[in-house]
Amino acid sequence: MYTEKVMEHFKNPRNMGEIPDADGVGTVGNPVCGDLMTIYIKVKDNRLEDIKFKTFGCGSAIATSSMITELAKGKTLEEAMKITRANVADELGGLPPVKMHCSNLAADALHAAIEYYNKKRKAADEVKK
Amino acid sequence: MSTLKRVYMDHAAGKPVDSRVAEAMLPYMKTFYGNPSSLHQFGQEARKALEDARTKIAELVNAERKESIIFTSGATESNNMAIKGVANRNKDRGTRIITSSIEHMSVVNTCKFLTTKGFEAVFLPVDNYGFVKLESLEKELTDKTVLVSIVYANGEIGTIQPMKEISKIVHSKNAYLHVDATAACGQVPIDIKEEGIDLLTISSNGTYGPKGIGALYIKEGIRVEPLLHGGGQERGLRSGTENLPSIVGFGKAAEIAKNEMQPEGERLIRLRDRLIDGLLKPIPYSFLNGHPTRRLPDNVSVRYSFIEGESMLLSLDMMGVAASSGSACTAKTLEPSHVLLAIGLKHEEAHGSLMFTLGRQNTEEEVDYVVSLMPSIVKRLRAISPLTPKELNK
Repeated sequence: MYTEKVMEHFKNPRNMGEIPDADGVGTVGNPVCGDLMTIYIKVKDNRLEDIKFKTFGCGSAIATSSMITELAKGKTLEEAMKITRANVADELGGLPPVKMHCSNLAADALHAAIEYYNKKRKAADEVKK
Repeated sequence: MSTLKRVYMDHAAGKPVDSRVAEAMLPYMKTFYGNPSSLHQFGQEARKALEDARTKIAELVNAERKESIIFTSGATESNNMAIKGVANRNKDRGTRIITSSIEHMSVVNTCKFLTTKGFEAVFLPVDNYGFVKLESLEKELTDKTVLVSIVYANGEIGTIQPMKEISKIVHSKNAYLHVDATAACGQVPIDIKEEGIDLLTISSNGTYGPKGIGALYIKEGIRVEPLLHGGGQERGLRSGTENLPSIVGFGKAAEIAKNEMQPEGERLIRLRDRLIDGLLKPIPYSFLNGHPTRRLPDNVSVRYSFIEGESMLLSLDMMGVAASSGSACTAKTLEPSHVLLAIGLKHEEAHGSLMFTLGRQNTEEEVDYVVSLMPSIVKRLRAISPLTPKELNK
């Protein structure tokens, strides 16, 4: 059902955990649907210096979360915003069709975290002015 | 190199064919291949084997006569035949069908289908253990009710229904009682006469017979419209040349189940309770689904908070253990099991459910192996989950 790469990320998830003083946090999904993901980011000089995740969900939910942290780490915020759900699935060697929607939310969580960071920074800039 | 232990605990999904059953079937593929409807000796040999098998199945459930057993292609067909067949043939008795909210999909979807054909379907609620609410049955049972269809024991949570009480209520309004015994048959004694059952779905694989064969018991005098029309086999109720090798296997499986049910049931209950204890006691925020004692001997259904079923299944599978889950993620749909929702679980609780169904070849050693794996699996997944309370991850 799952590719070897999905299983590998499920067994050994990268960047699992929280960042207590994160610059941005993005949560998507709902435990009611069986999937909930939170992405934490640390930004330095417009780049994702650190990124971590926590996920409640099935094997592909955990694997896609892990994969997106690998894809996004070190990228500029603009580059990270361009990572799509399809990129994540492709990098994992594909996902079963039924999982493409429900358990492939990692890109959305990353984008939410970056948007949160951008909003926070904008607000801070306004205050400075 | 050590080979990975392989432990199969998903018997509700599929059972191995007992080797004595497989052996009994072989001659009916190669030697006795006649058609039971044929007059010649080849046909008559086949006819005798067919009727012997029918007798054994009738004996397993204490049917009043073997002719009341009709062979089908399995429990799904039996459920379809019972519900559609009774409803369509007895419209003069009423157009209301009552069932429960924890039925197999072959009952649920058949009842739903009939609502598009002028029938009315009522899905009775169950309590937190999964027992059908008898006061709801009494309330919903009108003079217009033609059929009540209730599962003998649900395969996901194992809860065994009080069939005698249900039967008494159903017959007080002259409705017919159909019982789906797919999960229960061969595991616990079923007595059609004593329990007052009018139609009974029996599965072959459920009793360690081959897949693709089943039976429907129909009490004498109940009119049923056939699903399949043709050459008039099975008293005109189920046309098509009989699948003799499988029927012979089914008969052998029923015979073995009848003879060995009591000691095997007691053995399974010991294993079941050992597994339940081992899965729950060492792990906080873990719960049993269903009733602690009034449950099928093979059924262990538990749930763990803050984590999801499929990721537990994958983790177990990596260690060679086959189980199943009520989570949406293992199904074709995105909804978690309707059975777990019906017993009052929240969606996230249903997603965190795990089911083990034991079988003849399972041992105490295997139970202990599974028990030894679970704490670290749960701990790891809880460490990944954002829902886990902080103190649990220490």
